[in-house]
Amino acid sequence: MTRLTVPKTYKLYIGGKFPRSESGRTYEVATKKGAFLANAARASRKDARDAVVAARAAVSGWSGATGYNRGQVLYRIAELLEGRREQFVDELMATESLSKAAATTQVDTAIDAWVWYAGWADKYVQVAGNGNPVSGPYFNLSTPEPSGVIAIVAPQDSSSLLGLVSVIAPALVSGNTVVVVAHEAAPLSAISLSEVLATSDVPGGVINILTGSPAEIAPWLASHADVNGLDLAGAEQLEWVDLQIAAADTLKRVSGPVVGVPAPSVERIVQWTETKTVWHTKSLI
Amino acid sequence: MTIESAIALAPAERAVNLIGSDLTEKSLKLHLEGLSGVDAVGLEQRAAGLSTRSIKTTSKAWALDTIIKLIDLTTLEGADTPGKVRSLAAKAMLPDASDVSAPQVAAVCVYGDMVPYAAEALGSSWSNGSDNGINVAAVATAFPSGRSSLPIKIADTKEAVAHGADEIDMVIDRGAFLSGKYGVVFDQIVAVKEACRRENGTYAHLKVILETGELNTYDNVRRASWLAILAGGDFIKTSTGKVSPAATLPVTLLMLEVVRDWHVLTGEKIGVKPAGGIRSSKDAIKYLVTVAETVGEEWLQPHLFRFGASSLLNDVLMQRQKLSTGHYSGPDYVTID
Repeated sequence: MTRLTVPKTYKLYIGGKFPRSESGRTYEVATKKGAFLANAARASRKDARDAVVAARAAVSGWSGATGYNRGQVLYRIAELLEGRREQFVDELMATESLSKAAATTQVDTAIDAWVWYAGWADKYVQVAGNGNPVSGPYFNLSTPEPSGVIAIVAPQDSSSLLGLVSVIAPALVSGNTVVVVAHEAAPLSAISLSEVLATSDVPGGVINILTGSPAEIAPWLASHADVNGLDLAGAEQLEWVDLQIAAADTLKRVSGPVVGVPAPSVERIVQWTETKTVWHTKSLI
Repeated sequence: MTIESAIALAPAERAVNLIGSDLTEKSLKLHLEGLSGVDAVGLEQRAAGLSTRSIKTTSKAWALDTIIKLIDLTTLEGADTPGKVRSLAAKAMLPDASDVSAPQVAAVCVYGDMVPYAAEALGSSWSNGSDNGINVAAVATAFPSGRSSLPIKIADTKEAVAHGADEIDMVIDRGAFLSGKYGVVFDQIVAVKEACRRENGTYAHLKVILETGELNTYDNVRRASWLAILAGGDFIKTSTGKVSPAATLPVTLLMLEVVRDWHVLTGEKIGVKPAGGIRSSKDAIKYLVTVAETVGEEWLQPHLFRFGASSLLNDVLMQRQKLSTGHYSGPDYVTID
């Protein structure tokens, strides 16, 4: 007897749940040669709005966790991703028409990126913070604090999985929560990644993944008054100058377009932090 | 066989007109229990149907401004301070400091002892018994439980009125109501209404809180609504906000239906105030639709319909900013309560 295959419904990932787009829209995801692969949800501005609400609600819990704890949670993502390598390799081979070797390399690099950033969670403060020299009987300390909610356009040219991980992991390290618009043409691995996230220890709302058109969603995120940072890594094909102008209205931190996939760097962690400086009296002893 | 002696109830004009001059606990009970039962499934379905309307653009802008005009901006915490009441009054007068076109709210609702601070903070914006300006509403009668003796409830009310409260939000004795002592509840409302009388003979508006979350059935809500209206309430209010569930759309719809029936019967207009649990503009708009469809748009005025809310106002202001600026706003752009 022949068996019908059961195709997967790819939905959004908002607030730890998997809703369809509120607009009800979907779009076809195809291989590079044009063969149909799946229907993905085409997120609307209202999905972006809901994602920002979910991300905002998750800020206090995630940023309030200790750096050590956040590091363990991020490392756990790498652990779970490792266990599902095959699925991601197959998906990348289908969506990006990669050879098995190239797809495997991308998945492995993505896993290693999680591990690399996880390690920084309880260390970046020591690098970015400082005890400032003052001529007085007190200490003056600067420490980085997470900015809040970061809206991200994931890299769009190649490496859909690695590109996504390379932009969300650094924002998460310091305690930010993210709303990310995935690779438009190859969104499937992003949604599969959200299944990994949902079953890992990442609290709901910390990572929110939208699939659909960055050109449609990004302007709403750029002008949203409750978003604190805007990562335009994958916005090279968009009117990104307009997006920067819109973001300036509400004094967001903005990071510009990147060619290819951003390499792991401490700068990407520190750019989504604010410096808090406090003074503290010296002990009387 | 003993004949139950008829206990005469305090005279209340409406009840005497409707039930007759021989107003007794028994005749009141017969009347209330003679009300037809509520079709719960039908009621909930009707409420659900009314909440599917899509209100957009100019209609939404009108609805948002109307909601603000109908809000009783409320703070009823044990930790209330004069400072908090003053900041609440400031927000009532100027809800959105970045947009002076935002209308003022209908009233501020506070505990009785905070009335002088609220009135002072409102200053010239205080209505002070007139039709213009922001009212000061005070909760009274051992809010929120209502568990104290009648003299204390009356003293509580009189004190708030003497301090200048324009509106009194009283709670009914749910224990008495649920044990079938409708006469006790009736007498208390009549007595509190009398306590609302000011020195110049006018009355502070009386809102009667039914606390529908403790009445258990829709039939009880209908009976309590009739009881409150018969005893002389100017407004019937769903909840204290201290009990869950607080205001729900079906319960508010049911109370609006009683108000509509009363209007058909007597021509008198009674107000309705859902309170507690209404936090988003979207929910509030559903209530506006329900009011307009049940008793008519005429009721969408501060003297006939109110929202008891605290966090609702911020959400409405954010929606308003979204409409005027074209981009989504955030909690950083409204005041923290």
